[in-house]
Amino acid sequence: MSDSQIAVEQHGPELLHHFVDAEQQRDAASLGMWLFLATEIMFFGGMFCAYLIYRYWYYNEFAAGSRSIDLKWGTINTAVLICSSLTVALGVRAAQMGKRKLLVVLLLLTIVFGLTFLGIKGLEWYTKFEEHHIPGHSFNASDLEKPPYSNGGIDQQHEQIFFSLYFAMTGLHALHMIIGVGMFIFLTYYAWKGRYSPKYYTPIEMGGLYWHFVDIVWIYLFPLLYLIDRKPLG
Amino acid sequence: MSEHILSSKLYYAIWIMLLVLTVVTALVARVDLGPFNTIVALVIATFKALLVVLFFMHVKYTSEKLTKMVIVAAVFWLLLLLALSMADYTTRLLS
Amino acid sequence: MATAAITAEREHYLNNEYGIRSWLLTTDHKRIALLYLISITFFFFVGGFFALLIRLELLTPAGDMVQADTYNKLFTMHGQVMIFFFLIPSIPAVLGNFLVPLMIGAKDLAFPRINLLSWYLYIIAGAIYVHCILTGGVDTGWTFYTPFSTAFSNTKVIEAGIAIFIAGFSSILTGLNFVVTIHRMRAPGMTWSRLPLFIWAHYATSIIQLLGTPVLAITLLLVVFERAFNLGIFDPTRGGDPLLFQHLFWFYSHPAVYIMILPAMAVESEVVACFTRKRIFGYNFVAMSSILIAVFGFLVWAHHMFVAGISLYSALIFSMLSYLVAVPSAIKVFNWTATMYKGSISFTTPMLYAFGFIGLFTMGGLTGLFLACLGIDVHVHDTYFVIAHFHYIMVGGAVMGYLGGMHFWWPKISGRMYPEGWGRLAALLVFVGFNLTFFPQFILGYMGMPRRYWQYPPEFQVLNVLSTAGSTVLAVGYLLPMVYFLWSMRYGKIAEDNPWGAAGLEWQTTSPPPTFNFEEPPEVTWEAYNYEQIPAPAEVQVER
Repeated sequence: MSDSQIAVEQHGPELLHHFVDAEQQRDAASLGMWLFLATEIMFFGGMFCAYLIYRYWYYNEFAAGSRSIDLKWGTINTAVLICSSLTVALGVRAAQMGKRKLLVVLLLLTIVFGLTFLGIKGLEWYTKFEEHHIPGHSFNASDLEKPPYSNGGIDQQHEQIFFSLYFAMTGLHALHMIIGVGMFIFLTYYAWKGRYSPKYYTPIEMGGLYWHFVDIVWIYLFPLLYLIDRKPLG
Repeated sequence: MSEHILSSKLYYAIWIMLLVLTVVTALVARVDLGPFNTIVALVIATFKALLVVLFFMHVKYTSEKLTKMVIVAAVFWLLLLLALSMADYTTRLLS
Repeated sequence: MATAAITAEREHYLNNEYGIRSWLLTTDHKRIALLYLISITFFFFVGGFFALLIRLELLTPAGDMVQADTYNKLFTMHGQVMIFFFLIPSIPAVLGNFLVPLMIGAKDLAFPRINLLSWYLYIIAGAIYVHCILTGGVDTGWTFYTPFSTAFSNTKVIEAGIAIFIAGFSSILTGLNFVVTIHRMRAPGMTWSRLPLFIWAHYATSIIQLLGTPVLAITLLLVVFERAFNLGIFDPTRGGDPLLFQHLFWFYSHPAVYIMILPAMAVESEVVACFTRKRIFGYNFVAMSSILIAVFGFLVWAHHMFVAGISLYSALIFSMLSYLVAVPSAIKVFNWTATMYKGSISFTTPMLYAFGFIGLFTMGGLTGLFLACLGIDVHVHDTYFVIAHFHYIMVGGAVMGYLGGMHFWWPKISGRMYPEGWGRLAALLVFVGFNLTFFPQFILGYMGMPRRYWQYPPEFQVLNVLSTAGSTVLAVGYLLPMVYFLWSMRYGKIAEDNPWGAAGLEWQTTSPPPTFNFEEPPEVTWEAYNYEQIPAPAEVQVER
């Protein structure tokens, strides 16, 4: 019997033919996912670079813009994502222990948290729309020119740069969340169908890595966007 | 990647720490620390990120050195982009 | 010697399955390599067509063939097509895809389906870009500089940006596949120090693709968002900094040139070793220099911005770093040359390309050092000196590396020999045509002829005419291989497993290889380039 035949019999049909054994396949998947996350760090990183430079140039405008986004909802959303990371981590653990029903429940909870995050984000964006803080023709941030920024004054044009970055960064993050939720819907379906076991739960683990990464991006976005200047007034 | 099955208690503990740190960072932002506000916020964020990476993403328990190298390399490369770009912006007025 | 009958009976990757579905849904890295070969050749013609129009316009000092706006589109699309749709994929996606698993003794790449996906992303990107060309084109210069691209250009910037964005992901996935494959799927005994230098160079290339391309992706996305949704990140009227775009753009686009040259250096190492019948001199140095090029290549990007408005102090830093990055490249050139010393050299077609590469790459590299000097750059920035510099590297270097590699591995890929006489003639035409095209451009640039201009003072005409004349010779040199490669697939001499007597696992299997590459999984017990153990072919087998 060839090695690959033995491997297939021991590990089931998930073993792809070009791998020597299941361990090689799993190690390849893991390295592949970490490398992909590295590319995502650089992808978001470009926007962090733009943010860094413009915050350096236009601190007042960034501070004023940061104050105008709702700290309460931002903090709640951060907590929501942290809860979702917990359910993901527990889900991987459930898969490791072969607990199918628990795995499905945890994956569904993760999706619920993810959708909650997106819903809150949508509300925040809508508020910005109502306040005319969306860059473009109808942009008007004169409501930001109140203490403590009324002395220096806020350059309305520069303020647009803060909000451009706000929407670009949170928008790209939200897109990644949507993709994550979509991926987890598939994972939940296959988990329910019994595809995963202690011997093979690689997709759950890889999906988890992606989800945690998206959480980490938000962990940085939160202070950078919401906490620039929250000193009490007066 | 490890076969290590961590206890659920550990996950809950990390979860609590992350939530606490979130509240802390939001509260500390209201205190006037001058330029240190930003530094404190980023330090807390980095600590939170490390908790997620080391525990939720199992990097603390993996025997695979390559994983850690990939993470370090990516973070380093990002810092390279930020640092060398800022080298231009922070010295423009000096020219 | 294999006869036609035996070859026809033996199953290999080309004849194990027939039909269009077996090609369009293949996950075999060798077939995907051929899919890429056809696609990038198509785009080479597209980019070459734009080059032809540029050179025709520049025959006369007046702008009399096309309008100025059209000329802007010609050089933009020539650059974008050649860089993103030809050079960046060329060697990695064709030769790399084909050879990486074979050279390390694996059955396929780590992620065969992602490999196919990367080709489809490339095709989708290419289709969008072709549509962009046919519906008006783009005129921003290949560099998409803001605020022209975001606020003032009336051409299809969004479409071109999206196309290149998607092509970027094709590139990222190829790089990801190679890194995982090289780490995880080497055959037993294939340690890092036994890897062919081709693999080291492709590993380094893949690192650049993984870490650099995402920054281009986000930058293009921001340009697209700015045009589409009126965000203001690069808009000077809203306080945006056009130089921010340039920092982000060049953070990728400088390392991108190393994506284009490292694979050609990969080919160079293999070809020089084989046709001097010696281990590459200083294997460790050459391997490390690939990694150093990848790393240092990320530290120099603002040398494209010396006169754009960056601070003098950062210009100084980037200038010094740019001198540093030349060192690992020079190490390679010294080592290839040292390999040739007291070697048994045969002047086959691949070796002719290899000789051309060393000379032309060196010239291109040295002129890069001129440009790294701030004082000189003030004088020659945005002139034809720059154009000559990068064409020496990208055409004299990368394209000749690609052609040399195609000739060297053609027997392995197709099971046939190309006609050696025609191969040598084509190599000579390419060399002569190339130098005639681009050497005058160094002089033009030094004399002050700006780039991207569609008319010029009459005193520059003689050199421009020489350059255009050279480009026609070059074109013939490029067309010949396309003709005889196709010819050889039907009428070429049947190739043996190892017609060149070359070292490397890919030569230990049949030409063409079976679908899963090796009849028996190999186990490696010898060092790389073990030429002392490989008998030279009686005469190096060539088709006369």
